[in-house]
Amino acid sequence: MALNQDSKTVISFTDRLDAKTGSLVWKEAVRKISLCKSGNLILDFDKVEYLDSAGAMLVCHLKKDARQKGVDNISVINLKPGYSSLLDLAESINQKRKTGNTPERLSFIEKKGEEAAQFLKETKEFITYTGEIFWALIQSILHPFSIRWSDTLLIAERSGVDALPIVILISFIVGLVMAFQAAMPMKMFGTEIYVANLIGIAMVRELGPLMTAIVLAGRSSSAFAAEIGTMRINEEIDALTIMGIDPVKFLIVPRVIAAVFFTPLLTIFSNLVGMAGGAVVIISMGYPVIAYYNQIVSFVKWNDFTGGMIKCLVFGLLIAATGCIRGYQTKSGPSAVGISTTRAVVTCIILIAVFDGLFSITYYYLGI
Amino acid sequence: MKQDKTAIKVENLYAGYNNEPIMENINFEVFQGEVFVIIGGSGCGKSTLLKNMIGLLPPISGRIIIQGKDLSGSEGEERAEILQKIGVAFQSSALFGSMTIIENIKLPLKEFTDLSDLLINDIAMLKLQLVGLEQSANLMPGELSGGMQKRAALARAMALDPATVFLDEPSAGLDPVTSAELDHLITGLASTLGITFVIVTHELASIETISDRIIMLEKSAKGIIAEGTPDQLKTDRTDPSVYNFFNRIPDYG
Repeated sequence: MALNQDSKTVISFTDRLDAKTGSLVWKEAVRKISLCKSGNLILDFDKVEYLDSAGAMLVCHLKKDARQKGVDNISVINLKPGYSSLLDLAESINQKRKTGNTPERLSFIEKKGEEAAQFLKETKEFITYTGEIFWALIQSILHPFSIRWSDTLLIAERSGVDALPIVILISFIVGLVMAFQAAMPMKMFGTEIYVANLIGIAMVRELGPLMTAIVLAGRSSSAFAAEIGTMRINEEIDALTIMGIDPVKFLIVPRVIAAVFFTPLLTIFSNLVGMAGGAVVIISMGYPVIAYYNQIVSFVKWNDFTGGMIKCLVFGLLIAATGCIRGYQTKSGPSAVGISTTRAVVTCIILIAVFDGLFSITYYYLGI
Repeated sequence: MKQDKTAIKVENLYAGYNNEPIMENINFEVFQGEVFVIIGGSGCGKSTLLKNMIGLLPPISGRIIIQGKDLSGSEGEERAEILQKIGVAFQSSALFGSMTIIENIKLPLKEFTDLSDLLINDIAMLKLQLVGLEQSANLMPGELSGGMQKRAALARAMALDPATVFLDEPSAGLDPVTSAELDHLITGLASTLGITFVIVTHELASIETISDRIIMLEKSAKGIIAEGTPDQLKTDRTDPSVYNFFNRIPDYG
């Protein structure tokens, strides 16, 4: 690029004017235009071998810059015929920018309002789907032969039986750690055998159902959301609807029924394994297993066990229904399934915490 | 703007999977500024050849030379530099669904140039104007129709002003009118900007309208069975499979 300064300013471009060289030429050209004193600017393309759209756009921006600096008379010379159409096209983009082609920007309050409206809309959807699922469940219970039992058992195996190892691991560790932490201070008072009471009641009433529910929220609810979300994106759900098959009955009911069956079973395992974890600590302190067993049996009542089971039954229902609803709400796009899965897990954990609190209050008033 | 300069040269190419060639000893040249079409029946290796040409699949042996540089033997920065000279619009459009249309086009410009954001934005708008999508710049790919997605993919393929653009089945799934519009766009871009197009397709109507030269592949021959202009191939009676393809004669044999 060269500059001659007499009565007029000439900027000569050389070689290639493309996306690669553009940024180098840009700085130099802007500097030279800022030095431009006269009212005439000539852009000479005689030695330009190649000009692409990035180069054309650069020239347009230079012309705009020069005009802003008060250079009125700008001429482009020696431009190869093939390139002039490209330059015209680039010029038209610059014109459009002036007329304003940008999307409307929302203010902070408008954005928050839009988010709140979206949240309300989704909550309404969630409630509607919950109603639909319950209605489908009631119908299925009234007509048990209409339930797709083969699918239900397959889902129970995949989401329930296959989750057993992780439920056992987590529950064992929780039982072991809790017993150990409790035994240390209790030993100072010679009451370490009461660790059995603590583990027994905590696992059966609270931690067994809760640990199982959290593991299932992470493992099964997300899987349901991903499966149904992918089906939504692949238009499989639309295909079911067109065929006259109710997607809720076909996809969601088997999953909910499977979850209602396997969650209590997994909770029983969780209770037992948690107590086994506690037993390890008590045995290591020199007590016989039978003492630990007798302590638990004498302290934990059937009411505690039943309370825990009812709780986990509801958790199972929540996990399956939330996963399915979030999957069902999946929108289009590659990140949609990921978003649905995350939302399924988050909603599940929130609902589990809320319902756990509600159960605690209810049981307190019922004297369970 | 058509020149007899070679844009792409394929030399003694053996292409296939797991060292099992499905195409043997392929040789052809694509000249700068022409619309070059690769055709053939299903399973003849059109897509495999395309994947070899754009470097997604390494050749079993042979060379792919793009703008005088060997793609198959290149690595690292040299390879990246060669790949920047080509643009590819995939059959499924492959637009990034989490970005708007204009962001899709800005992505290669932001990654590979040092231009200012304002300039990049205007270049992206220019590409969108070339394909007639300037009104849809801020929409998400999911909000566009199939034909618009194909055009957006074409705009993204042209983001860095490549010398050659590869199109895989550009008309697949489009209605005849949209397909004809896309054909018109391709021929327009080839003549005004001098872009070389390499197109894999089996849409006869498109082939006849847009192609300057054609090669036809066949599964059993494991290679090219015909090469020439559309008129030459349409009237060529030396190979019955070529004649049948161009004249829509089914083979019940």
